[in-house]
Amino acid sequence: MSDTQNLTLVQAVRDGLSTELREDEDVVVMGQDVGRNGGVFRATEGLYDEFGGDRVVDTPLAESAIVGCAVGMAAMGMRPVPEIQFSGFMYPGYDQIVSHMARFRARSRGRFTLPMTLRAPYGGGIRAPEHHSESKEAFYAHEAGLKVVTPSTPYDTKGLLAASIRDPDPVIFLEPKLIYRAFREEVPEEPYTVPIGEAATRREGDDVAVFTYGAMTRPTLEAAETLAEDGIECEVLDLRTISPLDREAIVDAFERTGRAAVVHEAPRTAGIAAEITAILQEEALLYQEAPIERITGFDVPYPLYALEDYYLPSAKRIEEGIREVAGFSP
Amino acid sequence: MSVFDRAYDDPVRVLDEDGTVVGDVPDLDEAELVGIYRDMRLARHFDERAVSLQRQGRMGTYPPLSGQEGAQVGSATALGETDWIVPSYREHGAAFVRGLPPEKTLLYWMGHGDGAKPPEDVRAFPIAVPIASQVPHAVGGAWASKLRGENDVFVCYFGDGATSEGDFHEGCNFAGVFDTPTVFFCNNNGWAISVPRERQTRSATLAQKAEAYGFDGLQVDGMDPLAVYKVTEAAVEKARDPPEGRLRPTLIEAIQYRFGAHTTADDPTVYRDDDEVRKWRRKDPIPRLERYLRSEGILDDDRVAAIEAEVEKRVADAIETAESVPRPEPRALFEHAYAELPSELEAQYAEVETLREEHGDAAFLGE
Ligand SMILES: Cc1ncc(C[n+]2csc(CCOP(=O)(O)OP(=O)(O)O)c2C)c(N)n1
Ligand SMILES: [Mg+2]
Repeated sequence: MSDTQNLTLVQAVRDGLSTELREDEDVVVMGQDVGRNGGVFRATEGLYDEFGGDRVVDTPLAESAIVGCAVGMAAMGMRPVPEIQFSGFMYPGYDQIVSHMARFRARSRGRFTLPMTLRAPYGGGIRAPEHHSESKEAFYAHEAGLKVVTPSTPYDTKGLLAASIRDPDPVIFLEPKLIYRAFREEVPEEPYTVPIGEAATRREGDDVAVFTYGAMTRPTLEAAETLAEDGIECEVLDLRTISPLDREAIVDAFERTGRAAVVHEAPRTAGIAAEITAILQEEALLYQEAPIERITGFDVPYPLYALEDYYLPSAKRIEEGIREVAGFSP
Repeated sequence: MSVFDRAYDDPVRVLDEDGTVVGDVPDLDEAELVGIYRDMRLARHFDERAVSLQRQGRMGTYPPLSGQEGAQVGSATALGETDWIVPSYREHGAAFVRGLPPEKTLLYWMGHGDGAKPPEDVRAFPIAVPIASQVPHAVGGAWASKLRGENDVFVCYFGDGATSEGDFHEGCNFAGVFDTPTVFFCNNNGWAISVPRERQTRSATLAQKAEAYGFDGLQVDGMDPLAVYKVTEAAVEKARDPPEGRLRPTLIEAIQYRFGAHTTADDPTVYRDDDEVRKWRRKDPIPRLERYLRSEGILDDDRVAAIEAEVEKRVADAIETAESVPRPEPRALFEHAYAELPSELEAQYAEVETLREEHGDAAFLGE
């Protein structure tokens, strides 16, 4: 048994970066305010002092160049870990993400690969200013060539971050900032990985399979406990990776329950829930006993914070949605 | 000699730190001078109250402006009535000069959507949070105005950090190519959160970047409201009615400092030292103008006290107004997404109301 530390999710990010910086000289952390300031969420605290300004780099304020330069570095075999300060500020770098980061390998027929990990905090619920709360993971999941990871626990965060940094292909690593400091967990000090593309069962149950990820995992588990009091047992699957989805685990949970709900804070239309629903149609239609419920953010611009609690799926909204699924009879 | 014919690193100045005249005082009457002073006091007092509201949990994250009043008020005062401002997120003081009611700014940072809506008669674009994204808007707005033969001037505010973004470059380039009546007003406060100005660019000045776009650029002491007024007035006049051989746009680099944190979520002691802050505080635009106006006999203790009282009341009233606005109805989530609400969104809204009817607002807000 190795030593562990009791860390929050954001501390696990920091610890994961620090571990990988130590393990591999090719790892470079870069972005706005990640150096001397230690990151606006303190996700890179102390790394500048430990590893120096060449490996923990404060860049000018330009997302296109942050992503684009990381592409160039990665093409040369380095493992850059650029940070975008909030996922809402990815868009100046979006051209680089879509036109190059996602397809450098395919375009060069494997001559160049991009072992880079683009980190960004995402999601709502922290009373943040405009453009600071969106969940746009579907954009990236839609883009072939990218992997999209969304951890929900400190342990997974460090392990998935290591797996992402070591992955030969580019990863979008979306951190649920609502739960950056929500709870602590024992996290090994030594390096370890959690595999990309594997979901985790957070709760077992036979009645309804509930698929979720990131910050929605907690209210979903809360709803599941409430429902258990009424005899409705949910199987809660934390997807952990949005792309590629763990189809096997998703289908398996559905086949055992015949009923499903998907919970995400991102808008409904063309979201991850739609993709999961399609997978179940393709692979497990004959097991289906009820319509699949999508419990999601609404198809409107993310509101200023006075209304964000009405936008985000609450434990109650999740509970009621699952009840609908559990109670359905043809 | 016009203000445009000078070295890039030679900032225009009118008052020194002590309020002593060191340059040509712009042609402003007493009421206008007092107006600039009063509006700076308003911005400062608003700022102090806003920071304290945030500290008390009565407002969300807020970006303070203290130290930057001279640049904001001096520039906004130089605009004509039909001109426009295109702000970032920090120019509350400029917006008030243009007629934005301070309660709007409070509401915005209190998380109310209505705070983002300038009243119909206020010529201001909504706040832009994504850095530099508003720069092309100011070019497009000015371009529209030029195409329609109106030549209203669009003054775009942004920070030193914003000059690193592609949108800044692309916007300036278009302004040059299409010769739009745009004034690019860069609030160079020395820092982009924790990143110092020197880390943004190796250019010796930001002003000189204008050269590459083919139009004028200049520096001004951004904590000298009269100098700021002077250069903005000249830039606005040129944008409206350029002399032979000069393009309409101007890039103004207003050198200044933010006394406080980047936002209330930021701790500046991590990245800058007290000595630097102290040095810049000596340049505070408010006492500087006050000293000048007192020496001219335009202000005295009584008038200053009256202005203080007026400003305090305005801000107190604005806070009361903003805080008396109830939380918006959930319907507001769906309004304004489109001219007409699509049926799918009606259905989503109905989900909200169904849950509300059965379980009350607690279903969303928790216990
Ligand atoms: C496109 C984009 N990237 C990052 C951010 C996060 N951010 C907010 S303010 C800021 C620094 C801006 O500095 P500057 O342009 O100098 O303006 P100042 O805040 O100093 O007024 C950053 C990085 C953002 N709002 N938009
Ligand atoms: Mg700045």
